[in-house]
Amino acid sequence: MTTPQEPDRDDIETLESGELVRPYVIINGRGFSDGNRFDLVTLVTASADSEQRWGQLDPEMRGVVDLCDGGYLSVAEIAGHLGLPIGIVKVLLVDLAEQGYILTRAPIPPAQLADIKVLQEVLDGLQARFG
Amino acid sequence: MDSRLGSADGVHLADKVQIAAKILVVGHFAVGKTTFIGTLSEIPPLRTEETMTQAGAEIDDLKGVRGKTTTTVAMDFGRLTLSDRLVLYLFGTPGQQRFVQVWEDMTRGALGALILVDPERLKDSFAVMDLVEKYGISYAIAVNYFDGSPSRSEAELREALDLLPETPVVTCDARDEKSSAQALVALVRYLQSRTRQE
Repeated sequence: MTTPQEPDRDDIETLESGELVRPYVIINGRGFSDGNRFDLVTLVTASADSEQRWGQLDPEMRGVVDLCDGGYLSVAEIAGHLGLPIGIVKVLLVDLAEQGYILTRAPIPPAQLADIKVLQEVLDGLQARFG
Repeated sequence: MDSRLGSADGVHLADKVQIAAKILVVGHFAVGKTTFIGTLSEIPPLRTEETMTQAGAEIDDLKGVRGKTTTTVAMDFGRLTLSDRLVLYLFGTPGQQRFVQVWEDMTRGALGALILVDPERLKDSFAVMDLVEKYGISYAIAVNYFDGSPSRSEAELREALDLLPETPVVTCDARDEKSSAQALVALVRYLQSRTRQE
């Protein structure tokens, strides 16, 4: 689904971020490519001591840590729940990981994902669930 | 919806989940991707939007960023916890060639793709099929039957879509849990057969 935008508007990103701050400002002007180590389905949770240091964070980062506090969520789910674009969330996660606020499950290499065992587990799971 | 394997709070994943797998549910505009994902997902489907600067906007560089055209591409996705350690995410997005970043993100590590097609609008599926093939993603075709859709023979569909003989073609009703799950099962069985061959 695409929404054609007026070409001469400079504030469109503001509307899309769901906040009255441009995403570029939220991530302190950093490049989007910084977030490439996070995949859409990288699983993220808040670290054990994140709550004690929570107050030092920007509101958007606090939102991420707060959401991740109850268990693991994928990067895509964090973006969906917070109403932020994926690219922004990835950059926030890089900062939060560097500062020790969040932990990730080790990513599964693509080769292993195509593993016959994973496919069998998906198949078994679907059949157990939907008959 | 079934929460036996899900987390206690219905939002987060169960504690033991280690592996996140990804299957794409793609197709042209309004083919039923979001309905399909919503039918199978254990959580209310979520949507994320990515802001894209359109290719070709460089011509306005002299005027600076104000001249660039931005647009959003929406991605709908759902989640299925399939075992103690495995969660499957279903990602749906339309097939527009220009959203390269979104397609790179979506296809990285994906097990495969289910391409939903509307038998009345087969031509509209060509663009998305091209993209899935370009990114080297194995796929199955799921013909989403809407009310009143005339049935078309599988042979006609295969010819119209120029499918390889081994590409699975299944029919489904995206509103129906069982038939949607069967379409996914057909895709996964096909992926298994391909993995064995390699």
